Amino acid sequence: MMVTLGIAGLCSGLAIVGIFLVTQPMIERNRAAALEAAIYRVLEGAKTRVAFVVREGKLARFESPDDSLPKEEAVYAGYDPAGKLLGFAVPAEGPGFQDTIKLLYGYSVERSRVVGMEVLESRETPGLGDKIIKDLDFVGDFRDLAVEPQIVAVKGGSTQENEVDAISGATISSVAVCNIINEANARWLERLAEAEEAAAAVNGSSPDAAAAGGAGSRGIN
Amino acid sequence: MPSPKDSYEEMVKGLWRENPVFIQLLGLCPALAVTNSAINALAMGAATTFVLVGSSLLVSSMRNLIPKQVRITTFIIVIATFVTVADFTLQALAPVVHKELGAFIALIVVNCLILGRQEAFASRNSTRVAVADAAGMAGGFALALFMLGCIREILGSGSLFGFSLFGPNFEPWVIMILPPGGFLTLGLLLGIFAFVKERRLQAAQATADSPAERRAA
Repeated sequence: MMVTLGIAGLCSGLAIVGIFLVTQPMIERNRAAALEAAIYRVLEGAKTRVAFVVREGKLARFESPDDSLPKEEAVYAGYDPAGKLLGFAVPAEGPGFQDTIKLLYGYSVERSRVVGMEVLESRETPGLGDKIIKDLDFVGDFRDLAVEPQIVAVKGGSTQENEVDAISGATISSVAVCNIINEANARWLERLAEAEEAAAAVNGSSPDAAAAGGAGSRGIN
Repeated sequence: MPSPKDSYEEMVKGLWRENPVFIQLLGLCPALAVTNSAINALAMGAATTFVLVGSSLLVSSMRNLIPKQVRITTFIIVIATFVTVADFTLQALAPVVHKELGAFIALIVVNCLILGRQEAFASRNSTRVAVADAAGMAGGFALALFMLGCIREILGSGSLFGFSLFGPNFEPWVIMILPPGGFLTLGLLLGIFAFVKERRLQAAQATADSPAERRAA
């Protein structure tokens, strides 16, 4: 009896480990590809990106041999084809109506504005709360949005530069998205401003140029 | 030794006459939860088919090796292994679908249809018949999910497989892709099935009765 269970457990364990080893790299690739695509969508016009991770309380350039994205928490500087810094893509997450909402938003330090937002993962109510992903008016509000004093979702038409039109029927989800970005702003904005110079010095237009820009990232180490 | 006809019989019964969802009322949780679009329903059906056929194959071929006292535990281990394999494979090959189905892939483990078939059928029959039975049951399950998925997607989003059917002026019946829509659709389908079954039974009785009456007269 024990032997049967033991053998069954062993076989099942081996099978699971086997399939895990086979599929894990593919799963990682899918995630990275989805994130990468989202970076270029929230930073309109960006063609290359460089990841920045927190080192000793400050942002430092993340280097990897195969140019893969870091597994730890990171922000991503996006560059246009000429190598000009367009802004940072910042991942953020927080409570939504039903479950955690994970999103990525673009922030331009130069203009102090949110320039794009995309929800990466959410389980908001289909047909109502999930409009935070699909409603083009709502998502469009984040293309040019002031962050001072903070982003607010309002009903019945936004009038100020820091206001977003809350979706009717999805007010809680709309407010949640704004709060998530506000919280992430409180965490990141100071660091992003500090890192901007270094990031601008990184010429993202080609891998060689990016490597040459390493001098800039040394400055904040 | 079962003849090929037997295994065919076992397979067909699950598709319609003993349909797991509409007749046996098994596996209703995924049938309600993930049928808000046709493609989700198909993916769920395919994953369940893989798990059910795989575990039936394994359980029926090992049925003489498993001690009676630990059979349920062993079935669960086998089923859970197949579910994990399906989970990882979907995540690697179809991340979008996996994201939509979410936790319900992992929850195939507790689908009573699967454990039920192992205990009631696969552990007592030869491999060939067991696999035929599993394929039929899984096919019937997938068919039921697909029917629910199509109806709910057409009414709730005005589309099928993501293609818009009615043009921009159609006001989607949002409740159909929300949980209540699942209950409404399933309830109506169950009603139709029961009604048809009843009528057939009455018709069969009528034909059975009439010759007897004639003889009596």
